[in-house]
Amino acid sequence: MNKLIFGRYIPGNSLIHQMDPRAKLLASFYFIGIIFLANNWQSYALLAIFTFVAVGLSKINLLFFIRGLRALIGLILFTVFLQVFFTNGGTIYWQWGIFRLTEYGVTNGIFIFCRFVLIIFMSTLLTLTTLPLELSDAIESLLRPLKAFKLPVHEFSLMLSIALRYVPTLMDETEKIMNAQRARGVDFSEGNLIQKMRAIIPLLIPLFVSSFTRAIDLAYAMEARGYQGGNGRTKYRLLEWKLLDTITILTFVLLTALLVLVRN
Amino acid sequence: MKPIIEMNNITFRYQVEDTIPALNDVSLSIHQGEWIAIIGHNGSGKSTLAKTINGLLLPEAGTIKINGQEVNEKNIWDIRRNVGMVFQNPDNQFVGSTVEDDVAFGLENQGIPREEMLIRVKESLEQVRMAEFMKKEPSRLSGGQKQRVAIAGIVALRPNVIILDEATSMLDPEGRLEVIATVKKIKEENNLTVLSITHDIDEAANANRIFVMKKGQLIQEGTPEEIFSAGEKLIELGLDLPFPERLKAALKQAGLNVPTDYMTEERMVDWLWTSVLKK
Repeated sequence: MNKLIFGRYIPGNSLIHQMDPRAKLLASFYFIGIIFLANNWQSYALLAIFTFVAVGLSKINLLFFIRGLRALIGLILFTVFLQVFFTNGGTIYWQWGIFRLTEYGVTNGIFIFCRFVLIIFMSTLLTLTTLPLELSDAIESLLRPLKAFKLPVHEFSLMLSIALRYVPTLMDETEKIMNAQRARGVDFSEGNLIQKMRAIIPLLIPLFVSSFTRAIDLAYAMEARGYQGGNGRTKYRLLEWKLLDTITILTFVLLTALLVLVRN
Repeated sequence: MKPIIEMNNITFRYQVEDTIPALNDVSLSIHQGEWIAIIGHNGSGKSTLAKTINGLLLPEAGTIKINGQEVNEKNIWDIRRNVGMVFQNPDNQFVGSTVEDDVAFGLENQGIPREEMLIRVKESLEQVRMAEFMKKEPSRLSGGQKQRVAIAGIVALRPNVIILDEATSMLDPEGRLEVIATVKKIKEENNLTVLSITHDIDEAANANRIFVMKKGQLIQEGTPEEIFSAGEKLIELGLDLPFPERLKAALKQAGLNVPTDYMTEERMVDWLWTSVLKK
């Protein structure tokens, strides 16, 4: 379970933890939007400082964020590689066949790398400091206007919160099944691609079966406790928009203005 | 006194083509404040019986009355306010992402205002001694703790009847004792009716009456003393032997003359020391 950092929550009581999940969700998406405004050293430096201040405010060990990078490192390296060797312009440092190392290529590569790292840091910050349930509450609240278009917002958010609630449970289960199958001689890492895919079957089938059993049990438990859908339901969790959240949004507006100023 | 649960000639089949119904002509009545244990072999219809009581399954024949109100498709939601159920697998019935959310889930469903919920959640978690775990996630709790949270979720709804559907069967001995003690305490405090479906001897020994199921039928009904005096036949009924019974069997094998009627642990101790003195 420790391998997957995405979607995990680390309890704490920092400023970031105390923020309204709606503000955090909006801010994270907004951040991904404005990161594309950055196009020179100054603007990236500005965004990086902003991100690290946010990470610092969360009081969560930086190691967690770096571990969050690990899952996407392949994609990052691939993109950076393409940028570095296939961008033309500026001084040519080195050339071999179609590969060409140029001044623009290097800067572009670094920019892309920064962009990835900042986006991943920000979204990891969101999931590390927000309870899955808060997140789905926020999504429900933000999607509420879509009810006018007959979108089943309550069902969607319940689905999401149950899915999030069962992520750790299913991860534990997967590991248990894997170990049980290993004990019976299944090898999950050896062999060629087809053999590896075959080895997944004794893992996947029991996992599917147990997920369905869980779903039936959970449905019974929910019904037995009087669940009849979204109508007439009250909410235990209250989303409170506080001064802190307004300040955050204002900070983002300020950041956008600064970005527009320093970009060329 | 009017019975709180009354079942008349209940028959239930999971599939129409099943030749042996899961429940076959079951009739019983239970009074407010009783603790009832339902025992029987795997597949004897205990769990099905429990599910018919709060309308999760509707019988094909017969009537069920809860507090004088007949269970049918129209009023199952009212019935479920009266009947809370704790299921077997602690993991699969945990709806909320944290303890407090899970306890609040049932209250939310009933549209109870938030101020009231805050009080009830806290109160019921204190009753099961889980208040300090309020903000914890389910993956950080033990099985026994999860079941206690499930009980708190029911207690918060203030039902008259609590059904334990093999609620302790997946727990270790310690968790089992913990859960039984919790239910016992809550039952005394609120004069609840408890219906526990079980293989566990300690749970059955706590009951006022025991119902024995076999192949979908209710074959026997009596106090724990009456049922436990069946001795080794208990194993056939789907129950372990109580410890005094096992001791009695061992003493008998060693050639001692033991009384045949059922004895609680205390009576066994009394009998042992008096018979040693007599020698």
